[in-house]
Amino acid sequence: MFNVFKAELVKLKRASLSLSTLAAVLFITGLTTSLLFLLVDSPQGNGREGIRISRETLALPSGLSLSFSNAAGLLGIVALCIFAAQTAQEYTYGTLRNLLVRQPSRMKVLLGKLGAMKLFAIVVVVSAGIVTFALSYLFAGVKDISTAAWGTSDARSAALRTFINVIIATIGYGIFGMILGLLFRSPISAISIGVIWNLIIEGLLSVFVEDLAKYFPGQLLSIVASGGTENISYKYALITSYAFLLGGIAIVAFLFKRRDVSN
Amino acid sequence: MQNTAIDVRDLSKKYAERMAVSHANFSVPMGSICGFVGPNGSGKTTTIRMLLGLISPTTGDGHVLGEDISQPEKYLPRVGAMIEGPAFYPALTGTQNLVVLAKLGGFSTDSVQGLLEKVGLGDRGDSKYKTYSLGMKQRLGIAAALLPNPKLLILDEPTNGLDPAGIQEVRALLRQLADEGSTIFVSSHLLSELEMICDQLVMLREGKVIFTGKTSELLAAQQPVVVAKPEDMKDLNKLVEIAKSLGHQATLLDDAVHVKGEQNFAAQLNKAAFAAGITLASLAPIQASLEETFFEMTGE
Repeated sequence: MFNVFKAELVKLKRASLSLSTLAAVLFITGLTTSLLFLLVDSPQGNGREGIRISRETLALPSGLSLSFSNAAGLLGIVALCIFAAQTAQEYTYGTLRNLLVRQPSRMKVLLGKLGAMKLFAIVVVVSAGIVTFALSYLFAGVKDISTAAWGTSDARSAALRTFINVIIATIGYGIFGMILGLLFRSPISAISIGVIWNLIIEGLLSVFVEDLAKYFPGQLLSIVASGGTENISYKYALITSYAFLLGGIAIVAFLFKRRDVSN
Repeated sequence: MQNTAIDVRDLSKKYAERMAVSHANFSVPMGSICGFVGPNGSGKTTTIRMLLGLISPTTGDGHVLGEDISQPEKYLPRVGAMIEGPAFYPALTGTQNLVVLAKLGGFSTDSVQGLLEKVGLGDRGDSKYKTYSLGMKQRLGIAAALLPNPKLLILDEPTNGLDPAGIQEVRALLRQLADEGSTIFVSSHLLSELEMICDQLVMLREGKVIFTGKTSELLAAQQPVVVAKPEDMKDLNKLVEIAKSLGHQATLLDDAVHVKGEQNFAAQLNKAAFAAGITLASLAPIQASLEETFFEMTGE
């Protein structure tokens, strides 16, 4: 399994993939951070779905990591696309047969790939977090928001919690992408279905139908990233979303192990 | 030490109602170069995929390097393979692609540059795979197959897309690997190439093995042919009739009459043609080539 992990890292480290992913992620987190702080006095709101997050809220110890947790859903979509593409492209390039000749244990191939992609996601999330925190200080200064509470131990533990939650959520989205990649065996199909499902189907239905977010893995992962909401607890969101993912990965792992590799 | 590199017994693969491979029985001796031939869709690639653990047989069993094909992890570290042409990551360089496979198999990456040089890509290792020509891709596929320093090399159409010089290089490389003790199982449509390098053959038609054994035995079993060419091309059909009237099977091929018959039949045909007022420009007894034998046996 470690051999597969090392081999997968060679592919993930290539400049065209790693730099473009970092650029996309930094753009997303930069955008959400700048909107959160620069629109703090806007009557149209400065948070997700027009929510107003006040100067006082931003000045709290948790204010430092607020924009980072807000960006988790979009970071998750990036992870979904990468995990789905890295998995499904083995079918479209025909490279799966090479992988399986060199590593016949299909479970090792699956777990090694997943491990490497998780590491890649962690590196990307940590980089995005560092940039977000730096931008938060910068924009707080611009908008004259107090950062006195951001240096306290409460702020540090809130930041650490947010880091862990965003990583858990991002990896969850990635696993969802991997499931789709194995199921559809085409990067375009897997990515488009994943993005449509998360952004349109889940997003729209959970706005219009009350309590439906409780049953949608994408919505639940977003709640995990934000540490829970008034209606859905962190624990429920974490356990339910990962139960969905474990069920999904068990089904596709079974199919992957049994299916003939004939392309 | 086992004597066979590959041994399959009653191996079959059925897709829905279609039998892709039907009760195949053959063995490939250790240290041999064995050609695997058959028309498109005859089951060659399906058989190779079963030998490599990529698809599971419907019935039957097989052994590769003495291990059961249901446990490919036991023999694949000693097997190099290129199946249905080369397949690599377009955005990675040739070197990076080989490094991925070397790490995957737990092999040293030190051999990568040497292998690239061996297949004539020494100076193109840093170019991205997507910039390679078909011939270069094929060479990279062969280099990848050589990564494990294989005891058994399974190659599916290794000369596809190569120019004549490249084909000659691959032929020499396979010969060299066989001399070093590797067993080579190679499928190709270039039958003249296989005839030159293979000492064993497995021939498939519609999923069934129709010949397995030494190439020399197959060719020796074929009836020799006398090829006659009249001075005047208008006499071709007349010459066919004369050969047939002498009790021999004759066909027109490439402006010449091919008559099945032993070497001494040439003199009889010459006399009969002369008597009918036909002057022969050339008359030569030849041994059937693998290509002719293949067409005859597969009915292509």
